[in-house]
Amino acid sequence: MTRNRIKVRPGDRIFKNLSVGAGVIVVALIGLIGLFLLVQAIPALRANNVNFLTSRIWETSDPTHLQFGILDLLLVTISTSLLALIIAMPISLGIALFLTQYAPRQLARPFSYVIDLLAAVPSIIFGLWGILVLAPRLSGVAEWLNRNLGFIPIFANGNVYPNFSGTIFTAGVVLAVMLFPIITSLSREVFERTPTPQVEGALALGATRWEVIRTTVLPFGKAGYIGASMLGLGRALGETIALAIILFIPRGKNFDYSLFDGGATFASKIAANYSEFNNPTSAGAYIASGLVLFVLTFAVNFAARSIIGDKKGA
Amino acid sequence: MTSTLSDTEQPALSPAFQQVSVGRKVKNGTATVLVWLSFLLAVVPLVWVLYTVIVNGIKVIPYSNWWTQDFGSVLSDEVGGGVLHAIIGTLEQGLVCAIISVPLGLMVAIYLVEYGRGGGFSKVTTFMVDILSGVPSIVAALFIYALWITTFGLPRSGFAVSLALVLLMIPVVVRSAEEMLRIVPDDLREASYALGVPKWKTITKVVLPTALSGIITGIMMALARVMGETAPLLVLVGYSAYVNWNLFNHEQAALPLLMNNERATNTMDPGTVGFDRIWGAALTLVIIIALINLIATGVSRMVAPKKK
Repeated sequence: MTRNRIKVRPGDRIFKNLSVGAGVIVVALIGLIGLFLLVQAIPALRANNVNFLTSRIWETSDPTHLQFGILDLLLVTISTSLLALIIAMPISLGIALFLTQYAPRQLARPFSYVIDLLAAVPSIIFGLWGILVLAPRLSGVAEWLNRNLGFIPIFANGNVYPNFSGTIFTAGVVLAVMLFPIITSLSREVFERTPTPQVEGALALGATRWEVIRTTVLPFGKAGYIGASMLGLGRALGETIALAIILFIPRGKNFDYSLFDGGATFASKIAANYSEFNNPTSAGAYIASGLVLFVLTFAVNFAARSIIGDKKGA
Repeated sequence: MTSTLSDTEQPALSPAFQQVSVGRKVKNGTATVLVWLSFLLAVVPLVWVLYTVIVNGIKVIPYSNWWTQDFGSVLSDEVGGGVLHAIIGTLEQGLVCAIISVPLGLMVAIYLVEYGRGGGFSKVTTFMVDILSGVPSIVAALFIYALWITTFGLPRSGFAVSLALVLLMIPVVVRSAEEMLRIVPDDLREASYALGVPKWKTITKVVLPTALSGIITGIMMALARVMGETAPLLVLVGYSAYVNWNLFNHEQAALPLLMNNERATNTMDPGTVGFDRIWGAALTLVIIIALINLIATGVSRMVAPKKK
């Protein structure tokens, strides 16, 4: 890049500034999102009559007497996301291994395309399918778990009992399906990059296919897989309309640590109550919960990208 | 399936090695079965969802009314009418979103590949694009609400939705365009410089046309993705049963919003009007998304560099 003697043409300067400017805009956007949400949330937080972080009450219809706390939203958000992750992580690992190690060469590409199609289905359709089609079929499983394992708190009667469809359980299963393509695509990318000499070395030592995977692919791809799962977690935390459709919100009952509870996540709560956005103070309460969601997803994505970035740089 | 060994797995000199023990064979077999099973487990919901949408939606969409009328002239539980108003909204909002995000996203990608080249600020930009791609759609919607409606005092409108979709579309455009620009061989750039062509002209006349086919595919996929978003619609625009071409004022429908509205106002039992409408709209949305993907493939074939 020793082009000092060549004079910089104006066209070049303009174009470069434009492209740098676009970069600056994108970088600034993240800051702006946080800033605007914070500024709009502060008046509502000031007017709040209960503790924002530890209260389980959410009464925002009367702007002169606001009461809102996020504890219940946080617990429901975390439990749906965790359930989804527990289901999706092993299955996505299987899919990624299948696509990179097991699927016949010619079919690997069309098969990957099929998995990617899952990501193209709008989440509102997943939500409708989840509550109208899947939930009735799944409620048998849920009732069986509840009847036989009900002594374990997470399988106890939920706060929407005897309803077994609009529960965290159903929501988690649907959410897991939505996470498959996300976790799979990045894991696949990393698994594909396993150094061939390692694979061939393992094969030369007489390893079976599974032993090759266990000794080369998995150790090499572990960080990428964990990073991908965290990206999935970020996605699960923020999923809105599918959960708003599925989760049944019981009146005046709190989340009670059962998978068969109903409730609302941060995102689904906002989506379910958009009609309360008619006055700025009530809207501020929802913006405050949106801010918490933003911080949560930011942290999760930050961690995920750091893990993946380390691996990609290597 | 359990114990067939491919050529590469066969020991080179069988007498010199021990046979693969039963335990290892069982483990290998179990792993194979589990891996196949997990793939099938992912295919089942996909097929199931598409089947549900097609079977339930097919009843209403073959009628011309469905594509040429709105719901303004029929009661909320009356058979008839169509989703033209929602199709117009979805396409208009998506198009405006693309008009804003494509140049912006493309310029960011150009910066990252052609100017940044691994420098400090380009690393920050890449990281922020990654973070942006993880911002939930409802948060993007709240941000635009705080900016456009509370701060600027402007009305809820289709354009506000477009702005929120921009936030969701930019990272996808940047990612795909960046990937495509990176695989343009440096030889092309150097040949162009050697002829005395300025850098910006090299980028616009040599690099971009070479990568165009892939970039278009990426843009169309991103567009199809944002058109299915529901959350921004809920917060940023009201539903209207009438056709509204005005993006800047009044309620405007969109397909996901229409579905959500039917869900809120009608019963969802099979055979009812609400049921037909919601699945009809779902199928319409799926068809539009599929069409966009098809067009993307077609256009990108057309503009792909000729191979000899």
